Amino acid sequence: MSKIVKAENICFAYEGETPEEKVEALKDVSFEIEEGSFVAILGRNGSGKSTLAKLLCMINAPDSGKLTVDGVEVTSEGASEEDIYRARRNVGMVFQNPDNQIVATIVEEDVAFGPENLGLPSEKIRHRVDEALETVGMTKYARHSAARLSGGQKQRIAIAGVIAMRRKCIIFDESTAMLDPLGRHEVMENIVKLNREEGITVIMITHYMNEASLADRVIVMEDGGIIMDGSPEEVFVRAEELWKAGLDVPQTTELMWRLRAEGLDVPLDAFEPEECAAAVRAALEKRGCL
Amino acid sequence: MNFDIAFGQYCEGASPLHKLDPRAKIIMSLLFIVDIFMAKSVWAFALLAAATAGLVITSRIPLKVILRGLRPVIIIMVFTAVINIFWYAGETLLVSFWVINIYLEGIYNAFLIVLRVILLLMGTCVILTYTTTPLALTDGLEQLLSPLAKLKVPVHEFSLMMTIALRFIPTLIEETNKIMNAQKARGADFSEGSLIKRAKALIPILVPLFASAFRRADELAVAMECRCYRGGEGRTRMNVLKASVSDVLWVLVLVLLGAAVIFINRNATGFAIGW
Repeated sequence: MSKIVKAENICFAYEGETPEEKVEALKDVSFEIEEGSFVAILGRNGSGKSTLAKLLCMINAPDSGKLTVDGVEVTSEGASEEDIYRARRNVGMVFQNPDNQIVATIVEEDVAFGPENLGLPSEKIRHRVDEALETVGMTKYARHSAARLSGGQKQRIAIAGVIAMRRKCIIFDESTAMLDPLGRHEVMENIVKLNREEGITVIMITHYMNEASLADRVIVMEDGGIIMDGSPEEVFVRAEELWKAGLDVPQTTELMWRLRAEGLDVPLDAFEPEECAAAVRAALEKRGCL
Repeated sequence: MNFDIAFGQYCEGASPLHKLDPRAKIIMSLLFIVDIFMAKSVWAFALLAAATAGLVITSRIPLKVILRGLRPVIIIMVFTAVINIFWYAGETLLVSFWVINIYLEGIYNAFLIVLRVILLLMGTCVILTYTTTPLALTDGLEQLLSPLAKLKVPVHEFSLMMTIALRFIPTLIEETNKIMNAQKARGADFSEGSLIKRAKALIPILVPLFASAFRRADELAVAMECRCYRGGEGRTRMNVLKASVSDVLWVLVLVLLGAAVIFINRNATGFAIGW
C-alpha cells in the first residue's frame, strides 16, 4: 500500500516571548502513514500532537526535515502555493471546537463551502453535498440553521464538509473533546465508518483511550517526540509507561492490569468488555474458584 | 438579558413571496420605498395601503408577527404625530389655546405620515426580512452588486463577511450570556447604579468577549484555509440564482404601483400631504 504521509526528521518550534527564545514543539519526528489506515495519536497537552496535525494540514511548514503529504513535499523552504493547494484538496481536518469551523448559517450551505472553493459545477456540488449529508446521517437537517444543532451534530456537519471534498485523508484534532457522551458516540461511529467503508485514511488525535483502541495503530507522543508506535494491543500493554507519560490506558486494560498485580493470570491486550469477562472467567476457572 | 434582534427575523414559509428570487425582492423593496415616498394624495395612500394588505396576505405571515415588528418605532411615530398636530399651520383652525393652534390639516398630515411609516415597515418586512433568509439576502446582494467587482469593489469579500457575521450572531450572544453569568457569579452587578457605573460594569464583559471573538476568527480562518478557501476567484456556487417569469412580474407590479401613485397625485382631489 502506498504511503499518504511520510515524515522524515521533522522539527518545529514556536516563537517564544523573545525572538531568541523558541519553544520546541516537535523534535526530530519520523513516521509513515499507510493509505487507508486508521491511526490514533495520543499524548498529553503540549506533547506536540496538535502541532503535528497543523503540519499535516500544511498550515505550518516544518523548520527542518522533510514532510511528504500525498506526494507533495513540504520542506522548511516551503512548497509552492499551488502544490499546497493540491495537497490540501486531499487532506482535510476536523477541529476541536465545532462552532469555529462552520462558515455558513444553513447546514447544506456550509457543507457546500469546500466544494464551492474547488470551483465545481453546481449540480456536482449539490450531488456531493446530498451524499455527504447522507453519509453522516444529517439529511433531514439540510435546511436547518447550524446554530441550533447540538455539538455532536455540528461536528457531523463539519465531517460532511470534509467528505464533500472527497479527501483521501481526514485528520481529527480532538474532535470529540467538547462533546457529551452521546455526541462523542455519534462522531466516533462516523469516523470508524469512513475508514472501514469508504477507505479514507483517518488520523485521529485524542485523549480518550477507548477511542484510540478502535484504531489500527496508535502513536504515543511525549515532549515533541514519538515514544510508542504500534497496534493498540502492543501499546496499551505498556500501561506503566503510558501512566508515566501522563496518559491513561483504557479502563478495561487498567482493570486487567490491576487484576494481574493481584496475582490473577489475565491477558493485558483484551479491550472489549466481553473479551475481558471471558479472560477473567478463564483465569478464575484455572484457579478453581468457579 | 433579552436580545431582540430585528435583523434576520426570518419566518419559515412557502408563500409566493418566500419563493421569489432574493434579487427580485431587493429591487421590489427599493421600488416599494420609492412608491411610498412619492405618494402625496390621500387616495394614493389608500392604494398603497391596499397594496400592502395584499402583500401581507400573500406572504401568509401572521399579522401578529408583523405588528410586533412595528413596536420599536412606536415612539418615533408618536413623536412625529405630535409635532405635526401642534406645529402644522393649515387653514381650518380647530382649537386655539394659548400658543397652541391645532389645524385640521395638521391632523390629516400626522395621520398620513404615521401611515407612511407603518406601510413602509410592513411592506419592506413582508417583502424582505420576514420572507428571505439572511443567507439568500447576502447572496442576492452579492449578485446584484457583482458588476461593481469590475470597479475593484470587493463585493465577494463583503458578502462573505456578512455571511460570517450572521453566522456568528447566535454564537456570540450565547457567549455574552455565559460571560455575564460568570461575572455575576463573581459579584458583578449590571442592573444598578448610575449610568456611568453601569457602563463601566460592561467592560469586564466586553474584554473577554472581544478576546474570544479574535480567537474564534483565528481558528475560523485556519478552518477555511483547510477547506481550500482562497478568495472569491474560481469559486462556484451550489445554489445559482435564477430569475423566473414570476420574479419579473412581481417587479413589474411594483413599477405599475409607482405609476398609479404618480397618476393619482396629479389628478386626484382631496387632501395631499405637506411633505
